Amino acid sequence: MIRFFKKKLVPEFWQNHLEKVRNSQKYSNFENIRFVAIDTETTGFDYENDRILCIGAVAIKNNKILVSDAIEIYIKQAVFNKETVKIHGIRKDGNEIKLNEEEAVIKFIDYLDDAVIVAHHTGFDVNMINQALKRLKVGPLESKQLDTNYIHKKIAKTDTYKKIFSLEELCEIYNVKMHDRHTALGDALITAILFLKQTAKYKKNNALNLIDLVNTNYHLLK
Amino acid sequence: MKNTIAERIYDFLKNFPPFDVLEKEQLFKIASNVKVTYIEKDHFVFKQEENPHEHFYVVKDGAIGLYRGMDNEQILVDICDEGDIFGLRPLIQNDLYLMSAKANEESILYAISVEILKEIIQTNEKVKKFLIASFSSNIKTPYAKGTNGQLFVNIEMLQTSNTNFTEIQSAEFSKNPVTALKTSTIKEAAQIMSEKRVGSILIVENKNPIGIITDKDLRSKIATGMISIDENVSKIMSSPVKTFKQKITVAEAQIAMIKNKITHLCITKDGTTNSELIGVLSEHDIVVLHGNNPSLLIKKVYRAKDITALKYIREKTSNLLQGYMEQNIPIIFISKIISEINEAITIKAIELSIEEMDNKPPVKFGWLALGSQGRKEQLLMTDQDNALVFEDVSQDKYQPTKQYFLQLAKKITEKLNVIGFEYCPADMMASNPNWCLALSEWKNQFDTWIKTPTEDAIMMCTIFFDYDLVFGDKKLVNDMSDSIFESIKSFEIFLNFLGRNALRNPPPIGFFRQFLVENDGAHKDQFDIKSRALMPLVDAARLLTLSHHIKDKNNTISRFKKLAKTEPKNEDLYLSCIDSFKILLQFRTQQGLKNNDSGRYVDLNKLSKSEKLSLKGCFKPIKDVQELLNIRYNLAQMM
Repeated sequence: MIRFFKKKLVPEFWQNHLEKVRNSQKYSNFENIRFVAIDTETTGFDYENDRILCIGAVAIKNNKILVSDAIEIYIKQAVFNKETVKIHGIRKDGNEIKLNEEEAVIKFIDYLDDAVIVAHHTGFDVNMINQALKRLKVGPLESKQLDTNYIHKKIAKTDTYKKIFSLEELCEIYNVKMHDRHTALGDALITAILFLKQTAKYKKNNALNLIDLVNTNYHLLK
Repeated sequence: MKNTIAERIYDFLKNFPPFDVLEKEQLFKIASNVKVTYIEKDHFVFKQEENPHEHFYVVKDGAIGLYRGMDNEQILVDICDEGDIFGLRPLIQNDLYLMSAKANEESILYAISVEILKEIIQTNEKVKKFLIASFSSNIKTPYAKGTNGQLFVNIEMLQTSNTNFTEIQSAEFSKNPVTALKTSTIKEAAQIMSEKRVGSILIVENKNPIGIITDKDLRSKIATGMISIDENVSKIMSSPVKTFKQKITVAEAQIAMIKNKITHLCITKDGTTNSELIGVLSEHDIVVLHGNNPSLLIKKVYRAKDITALKYIREKTSNLLQGYMEQNIPIIFISKIISEINEAITIKAIELSIEEMDNKPPVKFGWLALGSQGRKEQLLMTDQDNALVFEDVSQDKYQPTKQYFLQLAKKITEKLNVIGFEYCPADMMASNPNWCLALSEWKNQFDTWIKTPTEDAIMMCTIFFDYDLVFGDKKLVNDMSDSIFESIKSFEIFLNFLGRNALRNPPPIGFFRQFLVENDGAHKDQFDIKSRALMPLVDAARLLTLSHHIKDKNNTISRFKKLAKTEPKNEDLYLSCIDSFKILLQFRTQQGLKNNDSGRYVDLNKLSKSEKLSLKGCFKPIKDVQELLNIRYNLAQMM
């Protein structure tokens, strides 16, 4: 009885998320996998008190970044941190069309579908999203996750175990031009290009499959 | 919904043709559907003979080489860099890829769906033209029959679709001209003119024009009482008349009037004097059409009484040139008009100088323009290159004769310098005793250069062979030309040396990865359009016409035209050389006007994409004509 009641409480978008990720048939063939490069702009780095301002995401499939399959969601703020405005330029009452956090999260989860998440320092972005999900009494994300930082460590020949690479450093190493830094979708695109270059490099020594890539992760969802 | 990535792609694409001519919504639609892809160095985007992809590509970063496999060899056909499109033709024509595309360095590409573009092509004529143009630049022989020059034509259309080219418009002439019969008296003709209130009347015989009478004839010949008014019209009419076809352009009309010093042209059915008169084109018709008029400038030159007037006219000419360039008038017309004016100025300077001398010239002489001026390819103010030839005289008279002409030449070059033609830094001027010689001395000089072809001698030949008689005795110059051909005939290997010289500057293929810019000196990292693009064509045309013993062709375009007729099998190549030459000359002139210099060095970073594209199209014929020289003169062995 309780179990039945609980199931009723799970919102539809979350039920969809779980089913899609758990039942996806795509993960076995790299060319069919939809990757989604994401980046979030937040009011700060405190998971408890800070909030997501904007989520930018763009899909990658079969080594191509699909500009038509991109999303840029701005979120209305209850909490606001003046300090970070300088970095991301998103003001409390800017001109962008904004959703409340619930609408934003639902929209993002729908967009995400069964995609594999790619980000730089994925833990941070996913955690921020998970915090938002928690406020909706669901979560955490079950999507598979990749981190360009860890993929690089796997590729790099030298012992870089302890080093954490910033997005700038990786752009330098992989010769990726940096445009639109510190807009969510701009950083997502940079991350996506980085990912294309990394997978091309990675492929050289290994027949590329998702398991291998996911194994580059140390603490993310595998 | 907002899409920052699409906006950035939009911002990128809008700088490059054909995207620059798209409507905003059209381009945004393209940008929003781009697929970004990454190609590692030496990896293929597609291979020759493959089925076409759904997308064509635009290079965002990096460089993609297009290769064509021929007999187990991969020939680099083109290099695409930032903003270049490739892989489109097979998609539109439902064909296999004709070339392979391989990344010469790691590259980011924008893949664009052909379906979206197809929709746009149907509604946007400019895009269509651009694409046809770029196709013809990507095929192996851009000057295959039928597509001859299409690239250039299309580019030109792209740039000029909204401008008014008055110069190549057919000139508006007066139809139903006023005429009188051959049998009329002067009085009858004058009565008709007065009745119809016209300033000129054409005299016809069987409807064909045979002469013309103008107000001026009546004033100078009748009113003065020289000729009776009851005489037949043939007594005072100017005859024969200059006749042209209906399609005469304004520029052609202007040139014909200037050349023949006349003010009226007759338009007849087939353009000859033996066909029906259908109209008359007067200078006035053209003045009405044109505020800024070159024939007026020439007239002013004729009337000029001193240097200051000439200097003023030369400055006006620069304005005229600028105006022509802005209107994108074909360079061939511009160079004709500017050359005519320059020539008229030089002649006037010579006449003024002769007046200043104590005596008349002791013997016949000729004033020669050399180099680009001799070829009538000088548009901007560059320095003067000239020489003087005088009739052979007995030994005792030689010194005073030479002294006379040196003094005269000094006066002329001084005047030219004041007018604005700066002194030649290498002193290749008639005021230099080395270049002010009697006919037999010139013959010897050329003979020596030809038979001992040192590097210097060859260099001299390239300058002195392109001479043009500006003033003086035609026969002296003909003698000189004959002697040059004689010398070459007796020493044919000279042509091989000239050929080697013509190949000293390799074709600038690969231009866009910039490895052929100048490596050092004041013009580091700039492209020397004169020595790398124009001179190879000039040199090739000179050598080939010499080898065919073609005389009287001292202009690169007319040389190639003649060559196209002489060697029909190479007609396509020579015609494409003409197209290239025109574009390059126009380009250099534009650059020169923009930067107020000789236009010789081009800063590649400042070129627009369509400028780059049209330049790029010019290099293929250069490369091919150099290859032809290489084979014909067996130069590989000499190098």
